Amino acid sequence: MTTIETVAGLADRIPDGAFIGLPPEYSYVPMDLVRALIRRNARDLDVICVPIGGMAVDMLIGAGCVRSVEAAAVSLGESGPAPRFTAAVQERRISMTDSTCPAVHTALQASEKGVPFMPLSGLIGSDVLNHRDDWKVVDDPLGLGNGPIALVPAIQPEFALIHSPLGDRFGNVWIGKRRELMTLAHAAKETLVTVERITDDDLLASEATAAGTLPNLYISAVAEAQSGAKPLGLADCYGRDDAAISTYAQMAKTLQGFSEYLSAEGIRPIAEAAE
Amino acid sequence: MNYRKEEFLIATVAGLLDDPGVKHVAVGAASPIPGAAALLTQARTNGRLRVSIIHGDANNPFTDGGRELFDAAGQGRIDAFFLGGVQIDGGANINLVGTGPYPETERRFSGSFGSAHMYFVIPKVILFRPEHSRRVFVEAVDFISAPGTSDPGVYRPGGPKALVTELCLMSFHADRGRFRLESVHPGHTLEEVLDNTGFDFDIPDQVPLSPEPTESDLNLLRTGIGAEIAKTYPAFGARVFAIEGAA
Repeated sequence: MTTIETVAGLADRIPDGAFIGLPPEYSYVPMDLVRALIRRNARDLDVICVPIGGMAVDMLIGAGCVRSVEAAAVSLGESGPAPRFTAAVQERRISMTDSTCPAVHTALQASEKGVPFMPLSGLIGSDVLNHRDDWKVVDDPLGLGNGPIALVPAIQPEFALIHSPLGDRFGNVWIGKRRELMTLAHAAKETLVTVERITDDDLLASEATAAGTLPNLYISAVAEAQSGAKPLGLADCYGRDDAAISTYAQMAKTLQGFSEYLSAEGIRPIAEAAE
Repeated sequence: MNYRKEEFLIATVAGLLDDPGVKHVAVGAASPIPGAAALLTQARTNGRLRVSIIHGDANNPFTDGGRELFDAAGQGRIDAFFLGGVQIDGGANINLVGTGPYPETERRFSGSFGSAHMYFVIPKVILFRPEHSRRVFVEAVDFISAPGTSDPGVYRPGGPKALVTELCLMSFHADRGRFRLESVHPGHTLEEVLDNTGFDFDIPDQVPLSPEPTESDLNLLRTGIGAEIAKTYPAFGARVFAIEGAA
């Protein structure tokens, strides 16, 4: 049964050491939930970025919430490099597992299907593959003609964390064409969602809305969070706040600046910055 | 006619897309110049070229999530794509991860994105890296995000075909595993290219000058394409084409 809770309640459901999946910057990123995880001082999170990380994972890393990251890339896009990610990798404060976009998608699709691995073309000869003990190149077992092929194991996050413009009171959530969120939610053991607003109308009642709806079958809990993706954009709701993200990109270049950013956002300063 | 460096590079890249083999070009993340070049070629060819820009919603046709671009590429539905590199070597190996020994790295960059798949399956990959220096163009990359060539037997319908920098245009020949200088941009010299390239490449007896953008190209860029690419890249649109408030 999907329950309606607070954002802090969702953050409390995610224990230290949990394996979480986060959407890409262009999709529906649950920034309020990320801020709530920092507030509750989450620790040792393992994060899979689907497939690219941005400000959300950078903030979690900066606040010391993250033990490991798997991603095809971590970047603030037009606002430049992800500063806390870059520092943490160079200082070896987190474990970074490099992947490539379609390998993340494929590994989630394997979980969706309940199979232990899936094949993916390309990769052979790449150092991404050469540094992955968990990936394997095999000869085409069915002899269908494309030669050796790489296998990537399924990825099953414990929690998929997403935001959305709209949920209904039954716990169904609109995701529109952000289908990577559908894949992520199908793959994860459970999904926690923040939404801009909750409607009394059943999103599954009409074909038009049902087609873009993640059903409550996959969702453990929903919380209302107005402006919950800001300063990132939310399609059809609000644009990306480039000035705010640039401010973050500047301030987060140092741990001290990052801590000041968290304080200014009303989150909390981080202990390490005082050292 | 006066033009900006960005407009020159857009026209140069557009020339590479004006190719009967290229019916569909996709443009990945953080690629305003390739994106504008794709739109310019589309305009030059009266819409023959299909352009899909995956960053943002403008000119983005995909509706099945992040995987759809890679699935479409794997099927052969995309003919041309762009990749770059923190480092690129003479064998067209590209490094998007970082410099120095991996995984520690001296300088860590964002990551390989989709390169380890796209470089294999898209027939015409254009390497686009404006900064032409020995820091970028090295003898051997420190990390191979995606290899320039593959052993026989590895499924590889695609790969690198060209390299565009602020100094020159090169072609890549997988059979020899080497770049060949095709032309040097106006205002630059062969010596400058040699001085700033850390790998060996083939040089023709006569090195042509890259063509300048035509008046028609510049008009297309300034009267429509600038505003169109600004929908995807507002900061670039404002800086290069003085498009305000496009975001």
